[in-house]
Amino acid sequence: MEPFRRHQGRMVPLDRDNVDTDQIIPKQFLKRIERSGFGPFLFYDWRRNDPDFVLERPEYQGASVLLTGANFGCGSSREHAPWSLQDAGFKAVIAPSFADIFRTNCLKIGLLPVQLSESSVRRLMELAQEDPAIPVTVDLQARTVSAAGFSEPFEMDDFARDCLLNGWDDVGLTLRHEDAISAYEQRRAAWLPRVPTP
Amino acid sequence: MARTLAQKIWDDHVVRSAPGEPDLLFVDLHLVHEVTSPQAFEALRLAGRRVRRPDLTVATMDHNTPTRGGRQAADDVSGKQMDALEENCRWAGVRLYGMGSRHQGIVHVIGPELGLTQPGLVIVCGDSHTSTHGAFGALAFGIGSSEVEHVLATQCLPQGRPHDLAVTIEGELPLGVVAKDVVLGLVSRVGISGGQGSAVEYRGSTIRALSMEGRMTICNMSIEWGARVGMVAPDDTTMAYLEGRPHAPRGADWENAIDAWRGLASDENAPFHQEIRLDAATLEPCVTWGTNPGQAVPVGGRVPEPADENQERALRYMALRPGTAMEDIAIDRVFIGSCTNARLEDLRAAAAVIQGRLVHQNVQALVVPGSTQVKLAAEAEGLDRVFRDAGFEWRDAGCSMCLGMNPDILQPGERCASTSNRNFEGRQGAGGRTHLLSPPMAAAAALTGHLVDVRSLV
Repeated sequence: MEPFRRHQGRMVPLDRDNVDTDQIIPKQFLKRIERSGFGPFLFYDWRRNDPDFVLERPEYQGASVLLTGANFGCGSSREHAPWSLQDAGFKAVIAPSFADIFRTNCLKIGLLPVQLSESSVRRLMELAQEDPAIPVTVDLQARTVSAAGFSEPFEMDDFARDCLLNGWDDVGLTLRHEDAISAYEQRRAAWLPRVPTP
Repeated sequence: MARTLAQKIWDDHVVRSAPGEPDLLFVDLHLVHEVTSPQAFEALRLAGRRVRRPDLTVATMDHNTPTRGGRQAADDVSGKQMDALEENCRWAGVRLYGMGSRHQGIVHVIGPELGLTQPGLVIVCGDSHTSTHGAFGALAFGIGSSEVEHVLATQCLPQGRPHDLAVTIEGELPLGVVAKDVVLGLVSRVGISGGQGSAVEYRGSTIRALSMEGRMTICNMSIEWGARVGMVAPDDTTMAYLEGRPHAPRGADWENAIDAWRGLASDENAPFHQEIRLDAATLEPCVTWGTNPGQAVPVGGRVPEPADENQERALRYMALRPGTAMEDIAIDRVFIGSCTNARLEDLRAAAAVIQGRLVHQNVQALVVPGSTQVKLAAEAEGLDRVFRDAGFEWRDAGCSMCLGMNPDILQPGERCASTSNRNFEGRQGAGGRTHLLSPPMAAAAALTGHLVDVRSLV
């Protein structure tokens, strides 16, 4: 995973609550077996059907921070959703709340999910609407979001932050505890279900 | 100290705990399917790692599989995804119930059916409806592909503790109200993010009286109100369902297992962070009007006035006017299927409504059994004839039109009464409109050509 320390970029305001993963990336694009190349399919139906869709507007091209409503990423566990955001150039998503699986998936790939209060997200959306060129800075080291006179701290637990700051491979982290895993395996009850290798 | 069901299972599975870090949990059963696993296997290979416990890993094909014409009916990209799963399972030594296997089916239907889903286990799968397995008193949750890779490599997952949330439902369900109505009624009351961060335990006399199939329907939709897991304490109903299944413990092992399972129920004074109480008598047959599962009303109700822009948007997408009686909404398609409602009991309940009647001339109706075993069992008792004689199509097992990754999709503008779990925009096909409801209600809609209270037909 690419480390995430501090990012400065432009914002795009997607002012909707409960944006589900079926909207972020529709199912017909989940058939690929690769991990990259999902960017062109991000918000596929909305981009195609709504000529005024905010991500299509020229003034928001190149934005790298998505501002959106509560419960972003609800629905399916498809990691293709954060993959598509990342592949389309997004580095951070700022929302009043995230669905749990989506948030975890973001943390695993270094796409920063930033939770701010509803009024703070609203303020940022207004800034981005007034001046789409305005830059926002998301500083993970300091755990702050700042833009044109706006500055707010956000919460992120130390462990998740360290993983992102260092770009740690968390499978590698777990494998350091091989002894503990083996010890646990030794003490599991013998009757627990197993499916013998064919 | 008194503990909840979820806390007991959690504590039993902590491999390592350190201050300031998430607990490392051991995974007893990892279910794998073709759509969310290829990137995980690929990453594993690139890192030079192996699958640690192929004997605790089981794979099937369900999401993109055609429901008629067999594997050759799949498009090229879907075919490649199935090829990849076969290759990966061969490489790793993982048991695969692929297309053509008599145990193939929706991953959340086959786990319980095989007796692999058992009380007290930690179960994960790269699919959000993994909460289904919680019906057995297992701690079961959906994960993304990076976590699939993590479990393949280590058989463990780092996880933060969830909050404990009790949903207590008491009383006898009114006639004609089934498990799907309970969960739709619940989600419409608490909203689609009301369970965020929670381990939900469903309890109370209403839940105790439900079959395992009904409990699975409710636990399945826990994710639709944002919960991480949804579970029911194991009891006699659970044991009776499991006994004798292919992977259930036998003999002395069965006795040991029963002893362990009996101790799992939440202690009397176990601390829940929150409790939601529901009176079964207030529940009615339910149907959704909007584009998320919380936008549901009793079938006798009307399309509501939009409360905000999000609801206005939903009404526009659904092409519905506020004030319209739900029963006046005509439908084009009916889908009976999905991990929510495609088990034998669901098919029986729908067939009981359909028996001796005909599907309305304007409706195209589809039954997709949840697994090959469900299909065979249904055929053995003649349910396929009931459906076919009425004008339903009787298909092979899979996820099918729940998410439309295979050829079973809605055309733009088509309106579908569906027993699945999500009515998101385009979920069943771009431009398609979904109304979620129970199997008997879907059957009634198929017969009349519009949404209707099933109680008026029986």
